[in-house]
Amino acid sequence: MSVLLFADTTPEGKIKKNVLEAVCYGVAAAALMKTEAVAVAAGNASADALSALGRYGVKKVWQAEGEAFERFDGDVYTKALLAAAAKEDAELLVLPHNFHGRALAPLAAARLRAGLVSGAVALPLLEDGFVVKKGVFSGKAFAFVRIDSPKKVITVSPNAFPVKEAGEDTAAVMPLEVPVKAEDIRVRVTSAEQLSGAVPLTDASVIVSGGRGLKGPENWPLLEELAAALGAGLACSRPVAEAGWRPHHEHVGQTGLTVRPDLYMAVGISGAIQHLAGVNGSKCIVAINKDPDAPFFKAADYGIAGDAFEVLPRLTEAVKKYKS
Amino acid sequence: MKLLVCISKTPDTTARIAFTDNDTRFDESGIQFIINPYDEWYALVRALELKEQSGGELHILTVGGADTEPIIRKALALGGDEAIRINAESTDGFFIASQIAPVIREGGYDLVLTGKETIDYNGSALGGMIAALSDLPYISLATSLDVSEGTATLRRETEGGEEVCTVSLPAVVSCMKGMAEQRIPNMRGIMAARSKPLKVLEPVAADTLTTVVCYEQPAPKGAVKMIDPGNEEELVRLLHEEAKVI
Repeated sequence: MSVLLFADTTPEGKIKKNVLEAVCYGVAAAALMKTEAVAVAAGNASADALSALGRYGVKKVWQAEGEAFERFDGDVYTKALLAAAAKEDAELLVLPHNFHGRALAPLAAARLRAGLVSGAVALPLLEDGFVVKKGVFSGKAFAFVRIDSPKKVITVSPNAFPVKEAGEDTAAVMPLEVPVKAEDIRVRVTSAEQLSGAVPLTDASVIVSGGRGLKGPENWPLLEELAAALGAGLACSRPVAEAGWRPHHEHVGQTGLTVRPDLYMAVGISGAIQHLAGVNGSKCIVAINKDPDAPFFKAADYGIAGDAFEVLPRLTEAVKKYKS
Repeated sequence: MKLLVCISKTPDTTARIAFTDNDTRFDESGIQFIINPYDEWYALVRALELKEQSGGELHILTVGGADTEPIIRKALALGGDEAIRINAESTDGFFIASQIAPVIREGGYDLVLTGKETIDYNGSALGGMIAALSDLPYISLATSLDVSEGTATLRRETEGGEEVCTVSLPAVVSCMKGMAEQRIPNMRGIMAARSKPLKVLEPVAADTLTTVVCYEQPAPKGAVKMIDPGNEEELVRLLHEEAKVI
């Protein structure tokens, strides 16, 4: 028996923070379950990058290498997960709740006949069955979900579980043989691009977000300067994306992206319930709005009731001063 | 082309979330129910557009009791041709997927579309599970979809970027923002929807692998600390020293 962790790697072979969080979650869950945590990786990450998972308490990493694993493919990566799960007799499979984890978890769960809880925010409770806490109603509440099947799959919500180094150990990296036939690859990737420059919202620990209060796209440089000073990702509210002021991938809220940064700074956003649903997992919320009665102040930790056009440049200066 | 869109009934996006029976049940009193926005705005509307471009048939499917019929009629009013309701309580993702997989197998669908997740349970499980159970390719979190001569071309989000990919049909796609724009049903559509066929199927035997034990409201937020405009340095200090987020 064991807990199997999916060590998702970037095309450059790096392991991101939200993946390490899921790794640490899996190691802690394995300790609770009195068993071992083993990882599986697919792709051509270096043995050094993978053996470094030992620092977080992982003893062994299975790596599926070769041409078929160079690019993410749901079917082929699921094969790797299932092959490692079979070798390790895994009772629990833990994945990050990122784009890859969300694609793989239901594929693997259905094939394993395993109950799936996606977006876990706390370690499983084992007193009365196997119960996992997750966010529901788009962050407006939590549910405690019991998994009744012998095999279980969990995806771990970003920024919900701390990354903790356990020591200096290294994990043993072992090659995982996964037979892949040409017909197994059914989805052909014809082009791939990384959004350059900007901090991806799903990785950002600080997000600066603008709403209609900024009056027009020509005023976004004010927000961009603050974001640059903070090393923050840039987001916007739904009306701003709908009006075409900003691209859709920056839209945060119930029907856009859900984000859980350490700091979410909302400028000129009133704070409609649909917007709050996408951001209320943030550790700290700052609202800046001209209207002292804006609903966002009720959801915020800190607020400035003032004109964004005056507050933003002063705030950017204050951040620069603090950083230097 | 034969299209299937799986929809789910969810509380309205502005619904107040409360629980009853010792926090074990969602309080439905006074709640307006809608088609899950990801299912409607993105999956259903894109399916309608594809049907308008190249013809074919568009079927709507939901798993739920008779109380889901208003949302099924709305999907038909938007332009679905016929609907299937599987008469079972919609709870565990694996159970629901196990109900839908036989319909896909027998229906001979070219494309099965669904939203990336529901706004109530936020499982993002259904698309992948029905693909696995039907052994169809699965494209998750797609932001655009075009079909030409039996091949679909899609854009999908990846970590910090996006990919363009192609897949031979049949396939299962989970849809997110970018795919299409919301539509409002017109009077003719609403009238026509009343007489469109709605088939009710009884559920097949399947395992329920997860159960919600209880719900919890988030801890109430402490009062907001207001900082005077002009005192931005104080905000930066608090974010660093008190909140410890920068």
